[in-house]
Amino acid sequence: MTTNRVNTDDWGDRGTTVLDANELVLNMGPQHPSTHGVLRVILKLDGEKINGTECVIGYLHRGVEKIGENRTYTQFAPYTDRMDYVAAVSNGMGYCEAVEKLLNVEAPPRAQYIRVIMAELQRIASHQVWLGTHALDIGAMTPLFYTFRDREEILKIFEKYCGARLTTHAFRIGGCQYETYEGFEKEVLKFCDFVEPKIGEYEALLTTNRIWVERTKGIGILNGADCKALGVTGPVLRASGVKWDLRKAQPYEAYAKFDFEIPVGDHGDTYDRYLVRIREMYQSLRIIRQAVEGLPEGPIMAKVPKIIKPPVGEIYHSIEAPKGELGYFLVSDGSTQPYRTRIRPPSFVNLQALDKMVRGMLMADVVAVIGTLDIVLGEVDR
Amino acid sequence: MPDETKPNGTPPPEGTQSTEKPAAEVKSSEVKPSEVKAAAESKLPSPAATPPKSEATAAAKPAAPTAVKPAAPAKPAGPVPVPWETELTRQLKQRYGSGIREASTYLGQNYLVVDPAILSEILLLMCQDEGFDYCVDITAVHYPKREKAEFDVIYVLYSFAQNTRVRVKTQIADGATLPTAVPIWETANWLEREVFDMFGIRFTGHPDMKRILLPEEWKGHPLRKDYDILKQDTEWVKINLGIESGQ
Repeated sequence: MTTNRVNTDDWGDRGTTVLDANELVLNMGPQHPSTHGVLRVILKLDGEKINGTECVIGYLHRGVEKIGENRTYTQFAPYTDRMDYVAAVSNGMGYCEAVEKLLNVEAPPRAQYIRVIMAELQRIASHQVWLGTHALDIGAMTPLFYTFRDREEILKIFEKYCGARLTTHAFRIGGCQYETYEGFEKEVLKFCDFVEPKIGEYEALLTTNRIWVERTKGIGILNGADCKALGVTGPVLRASGVKWDLRKAQPYEAYAKFDFEIPVGDHGDTYDRYLVRIREMYQSLRIIRQAVEGLPEGPIMAKVPKIIKPPVGEIYHSIEAPKGELGYFLVSDGSTQPYRTRIRPPSFVNLQALDKMVRGMLMADVVAVIGTLDIVLGEVDR
Repeated sequence: MPDETKPNGTPPPEGTQSTEKPAAEVKSSEVKPSEVKAAAESKLPSPAATPPKSEATAAAKPAAPTAVKPAAPAKPAGPVPVPWETELTRQLKQRYGSGIREASTYLGQNYLVVDPAILSEILLLMCQDEGFDYCVDITAVHYPKREKAEFDVIYVLYSFAQNTRVRVKTQIADGATLPTAVPIWETANWLEREVFDMFGIRFTGHPDMKRILLPEEWKGHPLRKDYDILKQDTEWVKINLGIESGQ
C-alpha cells in the first residue's frame, strides 16, 4: 500500500531532497510545542528510527543585521534584546562591549561589576527557562512551574533596575545608564540565598528520576571533536568534555577577577548537558556573590561622546552568552551608523548539530535533543 | 591594552582644546591629514552607498548620513592598523608572496587579507598546520563602489590550543565564486548558506548551496548595499501571503 508514502509532486524542488522508497517523511513544526518557537524539522524515518533530518528556519527572520546598518550605534542596542529574548541582558552586553572596543573605551569598574551581576542573573534565568521547557517536553511538568516561579524573582530585580523584565536594554555604550537602586545588593544576595536550595529542588526532581535518566542518558551524543568541527559552543561543548568558556579563555568585563569553575561533562549526552547547566547555575551564584561583595564605588559611564562615531575599522568581539559564543562583527566607516553589523548567534550554529545528534536515534529523542540544544528561534533567524 | 589606548578612545580633547565639548569638536576639526590615508586604505564608500535609493523611500534615514557626512572622516586620529609580524606571517609571505596582501593588527585583533585564488589553501593550512580548528564565523561585507572587488568575505577563526583568534579576509568581485570551506570545518555549511542568502556569493563544492533564512523563491539578496531597507520581493509577498505589501 502507498498510504504511508508522501506525495512529493507538489513539493517542487524540495521533494528531491527528501525521499527514498522505504522512508517515511514526517514534518515537525513550524507550529509544534516542542520546537521552542517556529522551527520546522523534516524527519526521514525508517519506522521510528531517524535516517536524517533537515531544518527549515527563517520563519522569524526580521533582518536584524540590515536594521543595524540603518540605525545609529545607540539606536541599534535595543534590537539586540529581541534576538535571544530569554537572555536579553547578555545580548545587550555583548553589543555594548563590541562598540566600546571599536571606540577604544572601557566601561568603568562599577559598571563592569553591575554588568556581571546582571548577566549572571540572566544566565540563571535563561537556564531556568531551558530546564522548565526541556523537562516539559520530556514529560515532567513540575519543573516548569518551579523554574518559572523562581525566575520571577530575577525578573523583579531587572524590573526594579531598569523598568523592563524581558527586553531590558539594561546597559549603554560606555557603561550603564542606571545606578543600582537602593537595597540592590541586599536584594541580589537575598535572591542568591533563596534560589540556591531551589536549584537543589530541581535536581531532586530530575537527577535521579528514572524516567528522566532513561530519556536523557546516551541520547544525542556529540563528542568534543564533532563539537569543534561543527562550531558548537556553550554548555553543549562543555558537556562533551571541552573545558572552554570565554569568561575564562578571553575574559571580558570583570570576569578575570572572580573565582569560579567551568563545569564539564564526560559523555556529551543530553544528561550531561543537563548536569552542566545545573552546575553552571551554582557557579553563576558564586560569581554574583563575589561581584556584589566587591562592587566598587565610582562612575558608571565612561567618557563617551553623545554622538557615537567610531573610527574607521573592523572589530570582532564575542562573549559567553548562556547558549554559547555570541559574537558581534562590526565594521565602521566613521559615520554614526555601522557599515556592517554581523551577529554570530550561538543558537544558529548549535542547531546545525541537530542532524548529527539524532541520526540513528528514535523519533521521540528529537524532542529531547531540540530541548537540550537550548535554541531560541529569535536568535536563529534574527 | 586599555590603559595605553584609552586616550585615543576619547579623541575630542586631544585634538583641540580639552575644555571643548565632544560634540562641538566633531564639527570643528574638518579635515586631518591622515584622513585621506585611512579612508583610502579601507575604501569605504560610506554613506554614499545608501542614499541613491533611500531618498525616495525612507524619510528619516537620508537625513542622518547627509548631516554627518562632512564630519565623518574627522576621526582617524584613533588607532590605526599596524603590521602583524610573527613567525606565521613571515612564513606565509615567503611562501605566497603577493598572495598575502596584508597582515595587520587592529585594536589587538589580527587579520590577514589574502588573494581569493589561494584562499582555500590558506584556510586548510590555518586549520591543519596552525591549529585554528574552530571556524567561528563566515560573513561578508558589500562595498558597491569598489571596482572588481565588491565583496569582502571574512572568516573568523579560533584556535583552542593557542587561545587566539585571527580573521582571514578576501576580496571578490560580484558574481565570482569562492571554494567552500565545508570539507575543512563542517560548521561552514550553514554559515556559507547564509552568506549566499544575504549577499548572493556562491561557494563552489558546497553540498547544499541554497537559501537558508529567506524563502527559496525569494528574489534579491538583502544585505547588499543596493537593497534598500524597505525593499522586498513584492511578487513573492503577493503570491504567498496574499497581501499587497509586507510593510
